[in-house]
Amino acid sequence: MIETEAGPVGLPRLNEPAPQFEAVTTHGTLKLSDFEGRWLILFSHPADFTPVCTTEFLAFTEIFPDLQKRGTDLLGLSIDSVFSHIAWVRNIEEKTGIKIPFPVIADLNKDVAGKYGMLMPGESKTETSRCVFFIDPKGILRAMIYYPLSLGRNMQEILRVIDALQTATANGVATPANWVPGDKVIVPAPNTQEGAEERMKAGYECTDWYLCKKDL
Amino acid sequence: MACVNPDGTVTPSAIAILTALRSADTAELIAPLADLPLFRVRSALRELVAAGLVAVDDGHHHLTDAGLARL
Repeated sequence: MIETEAGPVGLPRLNEPAPQFEAVTTHGTLKLSDFEGRWLILFSHPADFTPVCTTEFLAFTEIFPDLQKRGTDLLGLSIDSVFSHIAWVRNIEEKTGIKIPFPVIADLNKDVAGKYGMLMPGESKTETSRCVFFIDPKGILRAMIYYPLSLGRNMQEILRVIDALQTATANGVATPANWVPGDKVIVPAPNTQEGAEERMKAGYECTDWYLCKKDL
Repeated sequence: MACVNPDGTVTPSAIAILTALRSADTAELIAPLADLPLFRVRSALRELVAAGLVAVDDGHHHLTDAGLARL
């Protein structure tokens, strides 16, 4: 973790425990441990009452039922006050008729943003970038995606990442490029010569010993 | 505070949790009864314990006399 004018800057690491926090949100004070036992998508947006972020909040709300079906909670964050968050989500509901169903962290002291490396000083010293963290039911950080301020996120990719992580976890497999549910998955490559010889006889769809696929 | 208002009154979600505590004693059991997400129940239980409306023993929650009086 490096101290800068914009606060602490550092990146969490994949496959390690996600940084703990206790934060004020639009749904009360929440700790990371409150989400244990379920998948969590923690995402940051630059600021309330801004255009791209508003489209993203509507889009996250649209996939919210799909995430619930996948046992996944959603938690937003920006460096704004809880009163600003409340005013913004109420404004969205008033203007569009859509109620934002997930909590949003009011990270005025940049505590959570610093722990998760959401601030990119080269882009903005006061606004969090568009970060997405996928945290598993044991609190382990499994994936993260960073987008710049100007680029709204793709919700189908966020659903695809959750599907891929859950599939890989449940079945001990990997997923190939552009994988979507229903596609074949990759059987982990053997790491011994004997394993490589056996792999070719195992009945998988193999390009060669190191690239074999199967249906689930 | 999501459960206890600044004037000391409790919110509808807190009432739902206090009501569920009559027949359930863990966050996992309370959540479906109160129709609230598990994370909300875990957070709310901390607040209700701090407010003296709920007590917790060895991970099991129960209403205090003050909590019972709010129902």
